[in-house]
Amino acid sequence: MTPPCPLHTLPVGRCGTILSIDAPAELAARMRALGLQPGRRIKVIRRSPFQGPIQVRAGQTDLMIRRAEAAIIQMQPCPEVECV
Amino acid sequence: MSKRIALVGMPNTGKSTLFNRLTGAGAKVGNWPGLTVELLSAKLLLGDGMVELVDLPGLHNLHGFSEDERVARRFVETQPLNGILVVLNTTQLERQLALVLQMKSLGLPMFLALNMADEAKHRGIRVRTEHLEAQLGMPVRLISAKHGQGVPELKQALTAWLREHPQTTHASAIALTEDDVIEDTLNDILSDSLHIPICLSPTRTDRVDQWLLHPWLGIPLFLLIMLAVFQVVYGIGAPLQEGLGWLLDEVKTLWLAPLVAGLPAWASSFLLEGLYDGVGTVMSFLPIIVAFFLAMAVVEDSGYLARAAFLMDALMARLGLDGRAFVMQLMGFGCNVPAMMGTRVMRGRAQRIAAMMMIPFSLCSARLQVFLFFTTAVFSPRAAPWVLFSLYVMSFLLAFLTAWLMRGRTRHALDPLLMELPPYRIPTLAALARQAFRESGHFLSQAGGFIILGVALVWFLTHVPLDVPPASPATLAGQIAAWIEPVFTPLGIDQLLSIALLFGFVAKEVVIGALAVIYGAGGDELSGLLAQRLDWIQAYSFMLFTLIYTPCLSTLATLRSESGSDRVMWASLAWSLGAAWLLSFAFYQTARALFG
Repeated sequence: MTPPCPLHTLPVGRCGTILSIDAPAELAARMRALGLQPGRRIKVIRRSPFQGPIQVRAGQTDLMIRRAEAAIIQMQPCPEVECV
Repeated sequence: MSKRIALVGMPNTGKSTLFNRLTGAGAKVGNWPGLTVELLSAKLLLGDGMVELVDLPGLHNLHGFSEDERVARRFVETQPLNGILVVLNTTQLERQLALVLQMKSLGLPMFLALNMADEAKHRGIRVRTEHLEAQLGMPVRLISAKHGQGVPELKQALTAWLREHPQTTHASAIALTEDDVIEDTLNDILSDSLHIPICLSPTRTDRVDQWLLHPWLGIPLFLLIMLAVFQVVYGIGAPLQEGLGWLLDEVKTLWLAPLVAGLPAWASSFLLEGLYDGVGTVMSFLPIIVAFFLAMAVVEDSGYLARAAFLMDALMARLGLDGRAFVMQLMGFGCNVPAMMGTRVMRGRAQRIAAMMMIPFSLCSARLQVFLFFTTAVFSPRAAPWVLFSLYVMSFLLAFLTAWLMRGRTRHALDPLLMELPPYRIPTLAALARQAFRESGHFLSQAGGFIILGVALVWFLTHVPLDVPPASPATLAGQIAAWIEPVFTPLGIDQLLSIALLFGFVAKEVVIGALAVIYGAGGDELSGLLAQRLDWIQAYSFMLFTLIYTPCLSTLATLRSESGSDRVMWASLAWSLGAAWLLSFAFYQTARALFG
């Protein structure tokens, strides 16, 4: 099994399950409202150039998130054959 | 007592579309006790009674993370309501339903409208509304606010619902239900009422994004799109502005001039050149504002604005801003006024203020006129384009410098850029027209009075005392120019030019006209005179000062009304004037020392 890694290191096209989010209560609430919470399966769609934000797909919603915020989300990468 | 419903929903749910669909044209912005922002509300006829529908800012939850969320929460907690109409995006029900569960703890009657039902159906998402109604304990209706499907039925259902809740009630001020509890309930409800296909095929949006968000092509395409938007706005707006100016001039010479002919000379001059031209200045901005907001509504409603923010965020985040600020800065190159109004898409106040402080440095089309005239008059045809280019570079540098200086404030409050990238949607014409109409009305009512006051003041300065030629050294303006001469001499700007700068404070469009009055010569003759009187160092110093010192009265008025703060306006003015003086001084003295 692949070891856990933070979201901003997950390669484009890979999916994973959120293990934990180390955010203050308010930010966590906002992430939750947008579909980012432990247990959810999300997929990295693309990265913006020059260390810009990352586009992720959580269920039916596409989101952008800065690398700094992505770094506090711990992911369990899933085996590559699954579809999200 | 009239009935009142609050309209609540997350961003990108089509909440405003539903509001417009339900209420039609009669919406108005208004203040509410205890709230710092204005809210849109309108009356609509439901059954046999009028009901007031209040459009609350979009919110993700009731925790009050953003200013919008605090406003919305405060409203539902303090205002007596008959109920809350919640709008959710059906395609994202699996995450948005949590908001409904959270709001239930307010204890107010609720009604749920599931919007974008057509889009959901297209994606194979099915909702069993009867199940959902039973589990949530509130009426649920599927609608498409954009195309109007299900809206008549929604109105009927709302009428019946209001009959059950004839009295307004206050929300109970109990603590919000724990998010984890909500999560469990949510999963139970969803597994029963919602069907989502497991594998979704790539959508049209995915295919478009492969190009528009391409790692290498994304940013060039963004700049091309902005250029196109720009061309359309000024291609449509500028001729209309010119036409309107011509029309106002005709009205002045044909009707108004004879009308005031009987008055004393100073009075007719004040009415025509002071007030009428002042109102004309305000009016002439309207076509560009309307065109701008049409274009911006297309960029925003289509979903591209979020993409632009995605592409430009890397650069702007380093300056403590998000990518949307860059879009507005570019729009400012046409006209600062609508660009400043456009910063409303930014949520955090610190970011918005910083963006509004940057925009005045965008070299707008009015300043471009002045520079084109000066560069052709004073510089050789080979040097002129480079001079102009250097002014654009200065414009960018100053805007970024402003953001950089404010980064302490903005970075600390930098909103975590958690934004949805909505699927591309084609905006409806009706929504676009409504938006443009509303914004122009807003501009007229907010900035109009302030501009008229300023124009009257400049008239007063350049026409008093009444027995000397206007704008001559003997007028108040001339005396001020003489008095501040020591300030401008180190910049190489003489008294006559500094009077022109006074006019330029009102609007850059009148600078050349003012110079014509001051030098008593127009057109080519004026070019010749300027070339004779000014060397290139003086001319460039004057242009540098004109670029930076202040955009115009309309921009300042807009800055004041949009920020809601006199302090912000004065700070911007002081910073612009200071920077203009310092840079012109540095340039003039260095150039003199080097080139003599």
